[in-house]
Amino acid sequence: MSAVPPDAYLVLSAVLFSVGALGVLLRRNALILFMSIELMLNAVNLAFVAFARVWGDLGGQVIVFFVLVVAAAEVVVGLAIIVNIFRTRETVDIDDVDLLRG
Amino acid sequence: MGEWIAFVGLSVAALGSGLAMVLGRQPVHCAVVFLVTLLSLAGLFLLLGAEFIGILQIVIYAGAILVLFLFVIMLLHAHSGEGPRVKLRAQPVLAGLLALGLLLGLGTALLSAASLGRPHPGPPPEGFGTAKAVGTTLFARFLLPFEVTSVLLLLGVIGAVVLGRREAPEKPPRERAAGTARAEAKAHAKGKEKKEVVPR
Repeated sequence: MSAVPPDAYLVLSAVLFSVGALGVLLRRNALILFMSIELMLNAVNLAFVAFARVWGDLGGQVIVFFVLVVAAAEVVVGLAIIVNIFRTRETVDIDDVDLLRG
Repeated sequence: MGEWIAFVGLSVAALGSGLAMVLGRQPVHCAVVFLVTLLSLAGLFLLLGAEFIGILQIVIYAGAILVLFLFVIMLLHAHSGEGPRVKLRAQPVLAGLLALGLLLGLGTALLSAASLGRPHPGPPPEGFGTAKAVGTTLFARFLLPFEVTSVLLLLGVIGAVVLGRREAPEKPPRERAAGTARAEAKAHAKGKEKKEVVPR
């Protein structure tokens, strides 16, 4: 029991991803939903970094860099959309935004 | 041994704060607890020898993205709660079952496909994960994706500006017939207020 095996990090990543998915499925507040999506992205980042460590390949860490950039762009646009929905519907509860419901 | 202590501590912090974020009532509390998750993940990155990415995680996620979240929560403060559950009453049970299924599938897939049974990779090579090494990889092997990233960021900026813009008033203030100075000043103050609402 000397060094932590990378598998431990992978298991943690899977658990964190599931927690984020639970948040997306469970919550109806658009902001908390969005934070749960960010948690899922972070869990995947952890898996990437763990794999970079396993293979000794820095490509995995560079991918994390790209994920960070995409997450930043996504958050900017997504939050702008949420603010717009709030302006027109006065709510951030996604159950109330059902214009396309059959 | 020290690595184990750090790993267990950071994992517990990340998992506990992640669960607290998912189950929290107030969006502000969720955002603050999420900060703990992000910081513990940065610590785990450091443990894995990714120092540059770990610092980047703190700067971008904790420094920029979370602040944006807090700003939006502040703007929408009054009505950010969830109403009573009326549409899908079985949602909590279904969500729990689906997340559990995802966890099982993901765990088996990761552990069977991944490094299980491979010997521990040993200490990382000299300079692994430093800004210099990551930068060299980025500009040598990932130059085209890096350039495309700039287009993506530009699109994000344009999208935020377009979405944050409010509809122009039906008549510009100077064309109004009864445009007293007071109405002008009011309209001006309103316009200023609108500008502040525009998200980044």
